[in-house]
Amino acid sequence: MSKSGLFRLTIGRKIAMALSALFLMIFLLQHLTINFSAVVSPDTFNELSHFMGTNPVIQFFAQPILIFAVVFHFVMGFILEIRNRKARPINYAKNNGAANSTWMSRNMIYSGLVILAFLVLHFIDFWLPEMNYKYIEMNAADPNRYYEELLHKFAHPARVIAYVVAFILLALHLLHGFGSAFQSMGQNNKYIDSLKKFGVFYSIVVPLGFIITAIALYLQH
Amino acid sequence: MNLKLKIWRQKNSNDKGKIVDYAISDIEPDMSFLEMLDVLNDELINKGETPVAFDHDCREGICGSCSLFINGRAHGPDTGIATCQLHMRKFKDGDTIYIEPFRARAFPVIKDLAVDRSAFDRIQHAGGYVSVNTSGNTQDANNIPIPKENADTAFDSATCIGCGACVAACKNSSARLFVSAKVSQMALLPQGQIEAKTRVLNMTEQMDKEGFGNCSNTGACEVECPKGISLENIARQIREYAKATTATKK
Amino acid sequence: MATLDSKIPAGPLKDKWTNHKNNINLVNPANKRLIDVIVIGTGLAGGSAAASLAELGYNVKAFCFQDSPRRAHSIAAQGGINAAKNYQGDGDSIYRLFYDTVKGGDYRSREANVYRLAEVSANIIDQCVAQGVPFARDYGGLLDNRSFGGVLVSRTFYAKGQTGQQLLLGAYSAMNRQISRGKIKMYNRHEMMDVVIVDGKARGIIARNLVTGEIERHSAHAVVVGSGGYGNIFFLSTNAMGSNASAAWKMYKKGAFFANPCFTQIHPTCIPVTGELQAKLTLMSESLRNDGRIWVPKKKEDAEAIRNGKLKPTQIAQEDRDYYLERRYPAFGNLVPRDVASRAAKERCDAGFGVNKTGEAVYLDFSSAIQRYGKEQAYTKGLDENDKELITKLGKEAVANKYGNLFEMYEKIVDQNPYETPMMIYPAVHYTMGGVWVDYNLMTTVPGLFAIGEANFSDHGANRLGASALMQGLADGYFVLPYTIGDYLSDDIRTGEIPTDTKEFDQAEKEVSERIEYFVNNKGEHSVDYYHKQLGKIMWNKCGMSRNENDLKSAIEDIKKLREEFWKGVRVPGTSKEFNEELAKAGRVADFMELAELFAIDALERKESCGGHYREESQTEDGEAKRDDENFKYVAAWEYKGDNEKAQLHKEDLVYENIELKTRSYK
Repeated sequence: MSKSGLFRLTIGRKIAMALSALFLMIFLLQHLTINFSAVVSPDTFNELSHFMGTNPVIQFFAQPILIFAVVFHFVMGFILEIRNRKARPINYAKNNGAANSTWMSRNMIYSGLVILAFLVLHFIDFWLPEMNYKYIEMNAADPNRYYEELLHKFAHPARVIAYVVAFILLALHLLHGFGSAFQSMGQNNKYIDSLKKFGVFYSIVVPLGFIITAIALYLQH
Repeated sequence: MNLKLKIWRQKNSNDKGKIVDYAISDIEPDMSFLEMLDVLNDELINKGETPVAFDHDCREGICGSCSLFINGRAHGPDTGIATCQLHMRKFKDGDTIYIEPFRARAFPVIKDLAVDRSAFDRIQHAGGYVSVNTSGNTQDANNIPIPKENADTAFDSATCIGCGACVAACKNSSARLFVSAKVSQMALLPQGQIEAKTRVLNMTEQMDKEGFGNCSNTGACEVECPKGISLENIARQIREYAKATTATKK
Repeated sequence: MATLDSKIPAGPLKDKWTNHKNNINLVNPANKRLIDVIVIGTGLAGGSAAASLAELGYNVKAFCFQDSPRRAHSIAAQGGINAAKNYQGDGDSIYRLFYDTVKGGDYRSREANVYRLAEVSANIIDQCVAQGVPFARDYGGLLDNRSFGGVLVSRTFYAKGQTGQQLLLGAYSAMNRQISRGKIKMYNRHEMMDVVIVDGKARGIIARNLVTGEIERHSAHAVVVGSGGYGNIFFLSTNAMGSNASAAWKMYKKGAFFANPCFTQIHPTCIPVTGELQAKLTLMSESLRNDGRIWVPKKKEDAEAIRNGKLKPTQIAQEDRDYYLERRYPAFGNLVPRDVASRAAKERCDAGFGVNKTGEAVYLDFSSAIQRYGKEQAYTKGLDENDKELITKLGKEAVANKYGNLFEMYEKIVDQNPYETPMMIYPAVHYTMGGVWVDYNLMTTVPGLFAIGEANFSDHGANRLGASALMQGLADGYFVLPYTIGDYLSDDIRTGEIPTDTKEFDQAEKEVSERIEYFVNNKGEHSVDYYHKQLGKIMWNKCGMSRNENDLKSAIEDIKKLREEFWKGVRVPGTSKEFNEELAKAGRVADFMELAELFAIDALERKESCGGHYREESQTEDGEAKRDDENFKYVAAWEYKGDNEKAQLHKEDLVYENIELKTRSYK
């Protein structure tokens, strides 16, 4: 029984899903902190962004891990989903899922897909230009460009609306995902109730923080 | 009361099957759901038609044979019961009732509402036992004291009747509640420790082989389980699994 | 086969089993591999036997009609399992368990068999605990016990109200271990249709695959049948819908004697029948009688008013209630044995004091227990003992702790809250003490054909005590049959595999197929249930809780007539080559129709009252059962003589060397 055996069966894959989810949830906190700083103090935002954008540990160590976690979470999510769909070739004519489970828990794949769509946009919109700016055009670092760029992104209301919608779906995804991640790692003990309460708090506050940031920046125009 | 029934009819495992409508009248609220189906079947036989096949045996909620998906829920609208304990007072005059088999790739339909749940047996063959000879020459029962709390929790896990409602209710047709209940019972008792690692690995592997889906923690299984088997069992199975896979060889 | 040899070993009672084990022939391990054994039924007896035989090294083929061995009806046993462990130090012993069982069975069982049962009872608990059966435990981590009706010690081991389930899952897990080793080949959804006799020995069976309808031949060196009892002969019973007597009946028709068919246990605490369309009765555990008080109204007009819905039981004043068990049996009160409690309920209802719509129900009332426990709780917690509301609340909590799951079950079925209004109960058919006759080795009168568990005529005499059925099933399967079968099989080590292409198999298969084809081709007009229900009514009304000569004679005529109508008029839809539950039912009911007649004949023949068999002609002045040891101290073993011939009665005299025969009194 080697360590690699852990992820051979579906239980192990779910553990991996949960681990990647935990990493992403921590990342979200950090991301929110920086974004929210833009509302409080543009200078702080510039400072933090500059650090994140130029620090080699972040750029060449943390960033690839993040990308791997995101890709892994999605790919594994799809693999598991395909297996789940195969497990029931004929559906019920009438299925009252609401009687025994939440909408969020039954629709993780859809909330996940919306988040994925948003991430693609985010990629095209932010990450690619950023990579282009830094590593292809090899522009000199400009510690004060970030806030202006950010403000510019939230100029159009359609974009703000898309942003808000994506984060509402993220909230729904997290409302089930937070507690689910702990359960998938086998953590169902006396702390689970408090943990779930914290999960609800986290799942609402974090996406709300992003939304407030977006609206606040939009209102700056 | 009078009711409209929409029942899944399928001649055999090769037949495609479809929902067929039936009307039934003069049903007493005190009748059990299966007695209502008995009445329907008697009418069908009198008309020269084939009665609806469904599994049932003890009719007191313990053998785990009955397995109907009623109006979108495993074992129907009441909770904490098997189909045989569902009574017609839970329905109203004029209601339309959908009656379908428990659906999963691992539970192929045999006929109408009867499905083949031998996948559950095969999972048990893979490790659902303590390897002790039945000679009776074991040590005295009281030589193995077990804390009451553990014994009670093991009992709660052991009350699973193997009906498959967890699979039927799960959007992924996952058998995790069933498998974890058995793993838990043994994991909580000293008798089960010796084979704990191989048991959880073998049973989990067999579960995957049978084609059940994954657990995505919707909790539907726990709600629909006639015996109220808790999700804690699923978490315990994961811990057992993680322990077994990460253990180093001695 | 003229004389009955019970093959009881010589020597003092306590050494018989040990000596027997020391002296019988064994099969050596290498030779066991050459021997096949068929086991029919996978309940406590069949399941444990299959596992043990496979473990010894025999090749086992096990059959059950359910979709999994785990669903056999042993699973529904609630209360517990007796064992002479004396963990409570209250004076229990092998002898006391033996004595209680013989006495409880009203002195109609074999001393040697019952003593062996008591002897191995302790091993059962050790075995089950080793398998991981989660019995109830006390706070010190040791096994807990409770007491059951008819005994003076606490020797019942239990797992809440699901003891049968836990024990069966234990046996099932032992089977699973052997299935995974390839030593048991399991045939689910298979029904035994006949036993095949070759040169006077049981050498195989004809089985029907219930999914495909295919007829299969299976050979073996011995056939073991643990197919349960025949309570469903009454249509309504606490048995599972599929429980049937067909395997036992086929054995009878192939030469095995059938013993004491009239010994039936009617359990006093079941949920009453509500309507004509009811298919099944539900038992409420006997343990409820520890705290519940049974009563009916004293005045007939009150009973009538209750039946019409004009009065509620809670409106009847204490002085207008008749706690008839406490009145008639002051010493044992509500805890009299099952047969006594059942007859007393019937007596009151027949006299017009029954309480539900049908007039066939009595009350089981917990209000006194609630008050008593409430006061106790208030006292220990130092609360006000005069606060009525508080007392009731605390009392309800205490009762819920003890019986919560049973109360819930009652409420689900009846839709009444038993904490607020008394439960309604009525006796229902529960267990059959009669069955296939076996000798000390559990072999029937056909060599190589064995019967175990409820299927044999068993160790319970004329009445079974609570928590003894599980004990007997597991004793037979784990610890008795696996040894005694060796004595027979030791002659078979050179026989080799039994071929199935012989004329005996041809003939048996032909008979089975003909009967099946008859059913599916018969142009009848009524369903199987239509006839089964009528059979049930005849049995319940004329061969039920109390029996008399006239009724029994007319029952025999009624059964014959009904049987003719059944064969002419039964309609079985569908074909024989598919999953066809009606077809399976038709075969089972056809066998019940024949067994019913033998049942009534046996009841007619036994002109005494003993245990569950109550003959109105044989009663004391105050209406209690009167046994007749002079004329009826025997096992009635019936031999099949042909379809239109009267079965021949063989008597096995019961010898009591260690117990003095006494009149059971619970007054």
